[in-house]
Amino acid sequence: MAEFRTEEMVLNMGPQHPSTHGVLRLEVVLDGEIVVNVVPHIGYLHRCFEKHAEAMTNYQQVIPYVDRMDYVTSMNNDLAYALAVEKLLGIQVPERVSYIRVIMAELNRIASHLIAIGTYGLDIGAFTPFLFCFRDRELILDLFEMTCGARLLYNYIWVGGLSHDLPDGFVEKARAFIKTFRPNIKELNDLLSYNKIFIDRTANIGVLPADVAINYGVTGPMLRASGVRWDLRKNDPYSLYERFDFEIPVGTNDIGVVGDSWNRYMVRVREMEQSLNIIEQALDNLPSGDVKSAIPKRIRPPVGEAYVRSESPKGELGFYVISDGSGSPFRVKARSPSFCNLSVLPEISRGAMVADLVAILGSIDIVLGEVDR
Amino acid sequence: MQSILENPYLIAVLVALVPLVWILPYALFAIWLERKVSAHMQDRLGPMRTGGWHGWAQTIADMIKLLLKEDIIPSKSEKWLFILAPYIVFAGSYAAYAAIPFTSVYIGSNINVGVFYVVAVSSLVVVGILIGGWASNNKWSLLGAMRSAAQIVSYEIPSTLAILTVVMVVGTLNLQEIVKSQEGWFWNWFVFQKFPFLFIPFLIYFIASLAEVNRTPFDIPEAESELVAGYHTEYSGMRFAMFFLAEYANMFAVSAVAVSLFFGGWQSPFGTALSGPAWGVFWFLSKGLFFIFVQMWLRWTLPRLRVDQLMYTSWKVLMPFAFANIVFIGLWMMFSH
Amino acid sequence: MESSEIYEILKNEFGETILEFKRDGVVEPYIVVAPDHIRDIAYFLRDDERLQFTSLMCLSSVDYNDGTLGVVYHLHSMTLGHKIVLKVRVPKEAPHVQSVEAVWKAANWHEREAYDLMGIAFDGHPDLRRILLPYDWEGHPLRKDYKVPEFYNGMKVPY
Repeated sequence: MAEFRTEEMVLNMGPQHPSTHGVLRLEVVLDGEIVVNVVPHIGYLHRCFEKHAEAMTNYQQVIPYVDRMDYVTSMNNDLAYALAVEKLLGIQVPERVSYIRVIMAELNRIASHLIAIGTYGLDIGAFTPFLFCFRDRELILDLFEMTCGARLLYNYIWVGGLSHDLPDGFVEKARAFIKTFRPNIKELNDLLSYNKIFIDRTANIGVLPADVAINYGVTGPMLRASGVRWDLRKNDPYSLYERFDFEIPVGTNDIGVVGDSWNRYMVRVREMEQSLNIIEQALDNLPSGDVKSAIPKRIRPPVGEAYVRSESPKGELGFYVISDGSGSPFRVKARSPSFCNLSVLPEISRGAMVADLVAILGSIDIVLGEVDR
Repeated sequence: MQSILENPYLIAVLVALVPLVWILPYALFAIWLERKVSAHMQDRLGPMRTGGWHGWAQTIADMIKLLLKEDIIPSKSEKWLFILAPYIVFAGSYAAYAAIPFTSVYIGSNINVGVFYVVAVSSLVVVGILIGGWASNNKWSLLGAMRSAAQIVSYEIPSTLAILTVVMVVGTLNLQEIVKSQEGWFWNWFVFQKFPFLFIPFLIYFIASLAEVNRTPFDIPEAESELVAGYHTEYSGMRFAMFFLAEYANMFAVSAVAVSLFFGGWQSPFGTALSGPAWGVFWFLSKGLFFIFVQMWLRWTLPRLRVDQLMYTSWKVLMPFAFANIVFIGLWMMFSH
Repeated sequence: MESSEIYEILKNEFGETILEFKRDGVVEPYIVVAPDHIRDIAYFLRDDERLQFTSLMCLSSVDYNDGTLGVVYHLHSMTLGHKIVLKVRVPKEAPHVQSVEAVWKAANWHEREAYDLMGIAFDGHPDLRRILLPYDWEGHPLRKDYKVPEFYNGMKVPY
């Protein structure tokens, strides 16, 4: 009896596609509905950030470029770069600056996770949580606009300090936000997280074992969902994170297996709650001081280099800055978390169906600005 | 003059156009309603400006826009099949209106196999979808069309089995007779009779009908986030509007069938109060619109099922329940005589 | 574990392929190794009981503007908690470095990016092709002596 000759179809989830979270091209080799191989093609959003950084005449001028890498978490990008240059210069920032940086970074973490969760629901077909998440994110963006005038790309955390101090009324508005947002997380869980259809679509899909994750350089919520309790805020603290008391949510086995898409999604939801705790503690203990006192007039680091990493919402964001003694950077390399997280996609999506591919990609939570720089 | 009005062909054409009088304004209204319902469920407002009060003219504006668009037919597509597909889909859903009783004195065609005819002719929609997906010469459309065909064909079985239980109870396939046998107060409606063995078929039929009209949670064929737009990816302008119109017509057709079979059709819920031919139209249309609202409500709440989960639900969940239900209804009827 | 201890262990194991160890006067100590032995060193670093460098944090390419290119590896161990920086230097005319993709899969895309932007060829990489720039782009932009081409596929580049 002759065997059926079936052909594999090459499908292009092209640069323009509602689900690829940006301009990403996935070349999918399909056998019917099963994915045989996925080849991601990136570079559609490459803006030569590293070459631009070398052309700047001042280290502070690189900060707007850094903002635009992962454009939904600008504060965390600014923070990582500022920390790297500060390490190179060897300066210490005042405590108030560190506390405000923590508040801003955590608010931005919540905003980024809201986008991740909302768009993930949209990929799975649930249209309503997307709007709920964005409604809450608007409150956070109002806080940012109040502080530095911008909603998305802030240019707020500078080398040595901040560009503006907190305005009057910020602390009260932030506390009001925390009070409104806590019950909304519960609403989100009722609507989406424990919905049977959502669980069927995401549990046991795209399982990423822990050792594969570490070998591929995967970090952030993806790594934590695979069971590795690793968070740079606790394991390698920066900017006074060691003073705050919070937990690290890790992937569990109660629904699906450790390392599947549901766990990656749920770790983000739980991280939002922990971020609220951190913000509350920071607001309670906010020291006074001048946020601009440590900003150097001219940044001329000695010849040398430094690599500093921080925990951005997507994972480990690292900046490797080489200085040659002059006022402009010699080399700035950005190690972006989405770049490494995306490289594991072919590995975990073999054998899945096309609909699962969308679910897996959504759970990785990439931002192409960061992947391509 | 006399002979023109008694010309049977002219009368047939006029009668065939009567549901159109309902469908076109209804589609306009339903699209606006969908936008408003989805907006309020998502904590926003929806159309507010076009036409003044809550944007009631929004759909009219959209239709005018679609009519004015350039008619794009992909050069590598099968031109005549591409053009034909939306009309077949519309024909499938429209033809079902012929046998649905709008009121006690009006039914397009009072055939004795009404239910059978409705179920059979509405599966013409599958043919249209397959043609549209294939003729577009686009891998995404083809995937969407194949999924849709598999889905609709699979869900026809539980829905037909559910309808069969009502037919067993009444003993006729004539829809007008089925509606007439539910007269009286609302507890005479079939959904409350022989409880729960006519309630379960209603649920099965409602869920299966969601799959028939490609609505979430079964809207994989048009899953925006996966397949761009599934089988109607390549359609733009008026042809896309035709698909849209066909989808809404189909939605009302299946709601109308559910209402006629289980909820008393054009019967008033208060027995003889507020009843009569004109009231019949009112009751029928409002019950149908209520189910449209429930369909929209479900769309904006639930995520989407994956294709194999969808097949599993149809073959391994709905169908066994429907079969078991038929057995129980049969036993009930046997022992009650 | 201190960087000097790591250096001692490596020196004992690999001898003269470990070229230099700089600790004073720099923010982070680094070890310079030979480019054609980096893979064995990487295997050793990952698998040795005392070192356990399971994670490659970052792989960067640098143009030192003096005729040499370099690759910088930032490694760290999740289990033991220490970090180390490795460097290799190659001449600009013939930049060949052994690939460490087999040791840490994270290096796969990082090395492709280093090849793409800086032109360093990694021997032993299974799929060395451009990743960020278009596949038919000419030149390696991140080099200090890079000139932007006039035309790309008939389109004028600088505008």
